[in-house]
Amino acid sequence: MAAEGGHGPQTSGDYITHHLQNLQVCKVGDEWVWNECAGNMMTINVDSMFWSAFLGLIFCFTFWRVARASSVGKPTKWQAFVEIIVEFVDASVKETFQGKSNLIAPLGLTIFVWVFLMNLMDLVPVDWIPVVVADWMLGIPYMKIVPTTDVNVTFGMSIAVFVLILVYTHLAKGPFALVKDLMLHPIEPSFKSTGAIIASVPIMAFNLILEVVALVAKPISLSLRLFGNMFAGELIFILIALLGLWQLPLHFGWAVFHVLIVTLQAFIFMMLTIVYLSLASEKH
Amino acid sequence: MDINLTLIGQSIAMVVFVWFCMKFIWPPILHALEERQQQIEEGLAAADKSQEKLVEAQAKADEIVAEARHQATGILDQAHARANEIVAEGKDSGVKERERQLAAAKAEIEQETNKAREELRGQVSAIALASAEKILKREIDGKTHDDILGKLAQEI
Repeated sequence: MAAEGGHGPQTSGDYITHHLQNLQVCKVGDEWVWNECAGNMMTINVDSMFWSAFLGLIFCFTFWRVARASSVGKPTKWQAFVEIIVEFVDASVKETFQGKSNLIAPLGLTIFVWVFLMNLMDLVPVDWIPVVVADWMLGIPYMKIVPTTDVNVTFGMSIAVFVLILVYTHLAKGPFALVKDLMLHPIEPSFKSTGAIIASVPIMAFNLILEVVALVAKPISLSLRLFGNMFAGELIFILIALLGLWQLPLHFGWAVFHVLIVTLQAFIFMMLTIVYLSLASEKH
Repeated sequence: MDINLTLIGQSIAMVVFVWFCMKFIWPPILHALEERQQQIEEGLAAADKSQEKLVEAQAKADEIVAEARHQATGILDQAHARANEIVAEGKDSGVKERERQLAAAKAEIEQETNKAREELRGQVSAIALASAEKILKREIDGKTHDDILGKLAQEI
């Protein structure tokens, strides 16, 4: 597969770089240009956006169809399948999140199914869409079909979760809760006398540094965990694809193993989101 | 692998999908699930109840059958008694009838006997008279002895 005539890249290095390159459009000056965007912040990874939106729409559409026609007495097989997922997410949320929220469970469901679908794109053989469909048929030079191997995608989601963490902290514990949370833990300052307050200032500063790091680490770890796993998996698929005929058994073996990672990472992303939000809304 | 606008795009996409899920997917599915749970619960309760009712009805039916059987036995006994009574009555009336007929027959026989006797007496007296007449014709006038002969015939 490495030698694909005039269309494909020539060396192994080229092949790998080609497969890891997003289809990008960016603004240079007043113009939108394609694929010359290194280091430009005003860039959109068109393939990541397209595939993630496409898969999100698949999720919405299929589940919405079930929801619209959901029958109490005589569920279809597809409805039963969807209900298994919904009940699984619902059970996970109820187990972890003590409060009452109309958002958390649907959020968990969306994250789980959507991330799962995005990860699942990893199992499509690496050359089918980027090379055969995009390059040969449509003339599109780059096409990364696994959105979760794009750090922007995972980060985008974890930042949305981060904003929700802040909102939930605010809603559960009042306007200054976040500041208090950040400054009064883990070492408790004392406000008994003027001297104690003065002495508390460095303690609170220390707390602040510690807690801000802990807070910011949440979205970063959330996104990098997913990104790292999927990127590494994708990279290995690409390396296996370089082996010629031997790729067939290897690809199969790695794909079987990867099914586990695909599911597990989707579950972990959902579960950690629920845990973070439940911590945020927990009263001390 | 640079951070770029895709990040914001993805955040927006996520917000939209989560909103859609929260609005149009989660509530109906969960509603259906909960309603089904409730229905199952109610169904099980109803099944329990009907089981109880079945046991109750069975007991009642048994009671009714027992009572009916009891009544039937009573009716049967009565019928037997009545039958015996009727047979006895029949026997009784038979006996009476026989006695009555016997008595009638006896009476008739007696009547016939008397009649025959009367006739016989008449004939005997006639014969005696005749024989006596024959005797007396030879010896004496029959007329003088007529009353004696009449008395004789009477005595026979």
